[in-house]
This record gives sequence, structure tokens and C-alpha cells, in this order.
Amino acid sequence: MPISNQLLLEAKEITKYFGTITALENVNLKIHSGECLGVVGDNGAGKTTLMKVLSGLYKPSNGSLFFEGKKEVLESPKDSQNLGLEMVYQDLALAGNLPIGENIFLGREPTRNLGLFKLLDFKKIKELTDAHLGKLKINVKSADQKVEELSGGQRQAVAIARSTAFNAKVVIMDEPTAALAIKEVGKVLDLINSLKKTGVGVIVISHRMDDIFAVCDRVMALFQGTNFAESELSNTSRDEVIGWIMGKK
Amino acid sequence: MDNGKKIIMENKDQEKNSLYLKLIPYFDRYGILLLLLIMIVVMHFLQPDVFLSWRNVTNIFKQISWQSMLALGVFMVIVTAGIDLSVGSIMMLSLMILAIVAKAGAPWFIVVLTPLVAGFLCGLINGMGITLLRMPHPFIMTLGTLYIFRGAGNLISGGTPISGFTDEVRYLGHGRIDLTWLGLEKSQYLPVSLVLIAIVYIIFWIFMNHTRTGKWIYAIGGNPNAARASGVNVNKILVIVYSLCGFLSGIGALILAGRADSGYPNAGLQSELDAIAACIIGGASFFGGRGTVLGVFAGVMIMGILRNGLNLMDVSSFWQQVLIGSIIVLAVYVDVLRRDLGTRK
Repeated sequence: MPISNQLLLEAKEITKYFGTITALENVNLKIHSGECLGVVGDNGAGKTTLMKVLSGLYKPSNGSLFFEGKKEVLESPKDSQNLGLEMVYQDLALAGNLPIGENIFLGREPTRNLGLFKLLDFKKIKELTDAHLGKLKINVKSADQKVEELSGGQRQAVAIARSTAFNAKVVIMDEPTAALAIKEVGKVLDLINSLKKTGVGVIVISHRMDDIFAVCDRVMALFQGTNFAESELSNTSRDEVIGWIMGKK
Repeated sequence: MDNGKKIIMENKDQEKNSLYLKLIPYFDRYGILLLLLIMIVVMHFLQPDVFLSWRNVTNIFKQISWQSMLALGVFMVIVTAGIDLSVGSIMMLSLMILAIVAKAGAPWFIVVLTPLVAGFLCGLINGMGITLLRMPHPFIMTLGTLYIFRGAGNLISGGTPISGFTDEVRYLGHGRIDLTWLGLEKSQYLPVSLVLIAIVYIIFWIFMNHTRTGKWIYAIGGNPNAARASGVNVNKILVIVYSLCGFLSGIGALILAGRADSGYPNAGLQSELDAIAACIIGGASFFGGRGTVLGVFAGVMIMGILRNGLNLMDVSSFWQQVLIGSIIVLAVYVDVLRRDLGTRK
């Protein structure tokens, strides 16, 4: 059960042009706390563009974003992070050459002061990482392990851990299970369910109906850059959602 | 029975394997120092009287002094998966500016500062070009500035050497720290340039490993999209990296001014390739994100010792070229093998 049904994020009439191409046209989206929204659509329907607008990576050509009821203009991913909005990218956005802990805290590393200089606090990074991975029940050998040494599922877990390490309110996941072995998919879906229980709003972009029907409460379909259909999960069926993806109602 | 045996054997294999795997990170980190040590021992046996003598060892450090600055700068750039071909030209231009300012009669503390500022500004131009002009690859921008900076250096000096600096200006490259108070002989002095190398390398080791900016430099090399998505201002960090690389080339110019007592048109010609070679031998990866400050130092030392040792043995400089080239290929091949073992595919 969701902790509350507070409206966290609302996107109103988002339009995005790339030159002469219209990637999104008047798209609306809402996400509440403790809720999981599935976003589906064919390749090129605008799912990833929409998520990049939400995370501040792209600026919308038109339309506005409201976070907890307040209008916000995002200049960079940093702004959306500061609001408590985190993104887990399809390409995972991890630096393979760095250890798990340093990936989780990348861009927000804890430091300690040494005279005039700020030095990285490796002890604190390790403590916080161990505690956070423990909380999410993610098993890795050590927080010092380099990410390139992990399996696909472990990497996805690290990416999700990264997104939730700073009290995120909304987490956006782009194809969270696409690159995973079947036995690892379940673990990631469990992780999404436990995030929901902590009151986080989760947006999942996925092609996999199994994922959508396993974790989502609501599903919305984009078609050629527009809102095509939307429904509570209990009021729809797989076949209907698959029809939406192909532009049939 | 057979099964039992098999399992025991497998266990043994696994133990062996895990010991092997445990050693990899150490080999990864310190393998290059092992190679350096082997070279020193071999050279010592080949030239027992000369190689490890005080005079020769200080000589090696004096010879590598300015190259070590260029290599350190190029190393940071390579960690970001970039390249800087212009360091030799930056050094030459900075040296010429220093020479002109010195000849104009400026006080020594201003003369000493000029190459540092000039080098930094040259690096800033590289960084701005790569980020603001959105050059498709740093290779192109720095190839351009390789010509531009050297041309500029020749323009301002008329393409002729400018010689004769005061002792203060020459101190970092030429100065000696007297050690007679330790009971050593007058000839057993410490070159100031050696102390400078140590200080600069320690500062940059701390910078690369213990500051956020240093971490971000590695992160950019590992996955620039990850860095960007984490809110790291990638372009800003790149500008900082190229500027610091130019600054280090400026320090190189100051050292060379002391050693050569002259600004000359051929200063640092092709030294960018030596700098890149030292980084590669020292274990930095061209794909970015990999390599250590200690490794670069070892790379510079290996090249310095190789040249010095071959000179002592009267081997022609043509053979030196062949050997250094072979070591580059060998070092990278070892790295390829190590990566095959160490990471998942």
C-alpha cells in the first residue's frame, strides 16, 4: 500500500523539437508518492526524450514541470537531483573504472576539510555505501569492487542504489530489465517494489509487459510523441496495452 | 571415488585461481615499478661502476626533469580519453616568452612567473577550443595548436635563440642543494629539479586521487555520460585538465630555461610523443579512465634510464628509438593480456 497519495511530479503540455522534428507534443504526466507508473510506447514514441526532459538533461521547447505543486525550471540534471528526482539510465550511467561506492556518490562525494583543501572522505563513502546497499538488500562482495567486474544485474542494482542514495522522491528507470538475465529480472523488480513501499514514486519505461504488470499501478502509452492512452493497471489488459503501443485503441 | 577426486582437484584449481586473481590488483598497481626495478638491476650489472653513481643518478633526474612535467600533463588529458599533442609547442612558446621578458630586463620573479601563466593560457585555449568549438576530437584541436604555438614562438623570437638568464631564473632547472652538511662530498649535491619533480608529482597524486575534481577526471574517462548524468560539468573539468596540462608544460619551460640557459626554436620538438609514450608505458589507457600518477613517473623513469643506459653503453641513438618503440608495444600488449584476465566481457 502506498504511504500517501501525494502528487510529486506533474508535467504539463511538454513539447520538444529537435530542429524540424517534433519529438514530443503536449505530453502530460503525473506521478504520486508510493506509486509506480509504467510508460510504454514504440521505438521513437518519445519515451526517452520525455524522461530526459523530466531529469533536466533536455530543456522542453514548451510546457512546464511542477514538483510538489511548485513550478520548476530545470537547467541541468543537478537541478532535478536537488529536487529529489533521480534517473536510472538505459546505458546505466556508471563509470566502470570506478568502484561501486564512488559510483554511487559520483558528483556528490562526501569530503573532509584538510586546512584549505577538501579531500575525499573514503571511509565515509564506504560506510554510507555499505549501509545503503544493506538497506536495499543488494549483495556485492565489497563496496570497493570496480563496477566493470559486476554482472549486468548487479550493475543495475548499483545504478538503482545510486539513484536512491540521496532520499530521492521520484526515480525514473529507463528499461531497467532490458540488459538482464532472466533470473536477475526478479531481483530488480523486487527492488522496485521495495522502493514503492518507502514512498518513492517510480516511473518505469519498459517494453516488457511482464515488468509493467509485475510492478506498476498505472500505465500510460505514448504514440508518435503524444499521450495516446492511460489507465489504472487493474482496468486494462496486456493485449490492450500492446494495442496502444501499436497505435490501436 | 572418481567424483571425489575431481572435486578436490577442482577446489585446488579454484584456490590457485583465486590466489592468482588476488594478485592481479597488486600487479595492476605495482607491476610497472617491478619493471623499473628490473631495469635498474640489469643496468647496474651492465655498468656496475657508473650507472648507480651519484653523478649518473642525478644526471638521469636532470635529464627527465622537464619531460616529467609534460608527461604528467598529458597523463591527466589521457585519463579523460583525450590527447594533447601541443605540450612541446606550449613549452617552446612559454620558453620564448620567458626569454624575451628576461631580455627586456624584467625582475626575476616576474620572469619566473611568465612561462607558468603563458603555459596555462595556452592550455586554456586548447580546452576552450575542444569544448566551445566542439572539435570532434582533442587530437584535432591540439594538432592545430601544435603548429600555432610553435609558429608563434618563432614569430616573437624571430626564430633565433635567446640566451643568458640570471641565476634566480635558472634556479629550478640548474640549482643545486648542497649536502655537505650531511657529510657528503661537494659533488654529491641534490638537483633542485629533482625536488621540484617530487613536489609536483606528490601534489598531483593528491589531486588525482583525493579530490572530487580528480575523481571526476577519472569518471569522465570511464564514462562521460555517467559523469554528465551525475551532475558533473564535463566541459568545465576538461577545460581545467587542458589548462593544468598547459601549466605543467610551462613549468617544463622554466626548468628547461635553467638547464639550457637559452630559449631556442627547437625546444621540445617531438617531446609530446615522448610524453605520450611515458604515459602509455606507465599503464595509462588511451580509452581513458585508467592509469596512475605513480605509473607515469615510472614510465618517465623507464624512458630516462633506457636512454641513459644505452648512452653509457655507447649504443647508437637509432637503436634507442627502436627499443623505446618496442617497449611501448610490449607494455600495451601486457596491458591487453591483463585486461583479458581481470574483467568480465
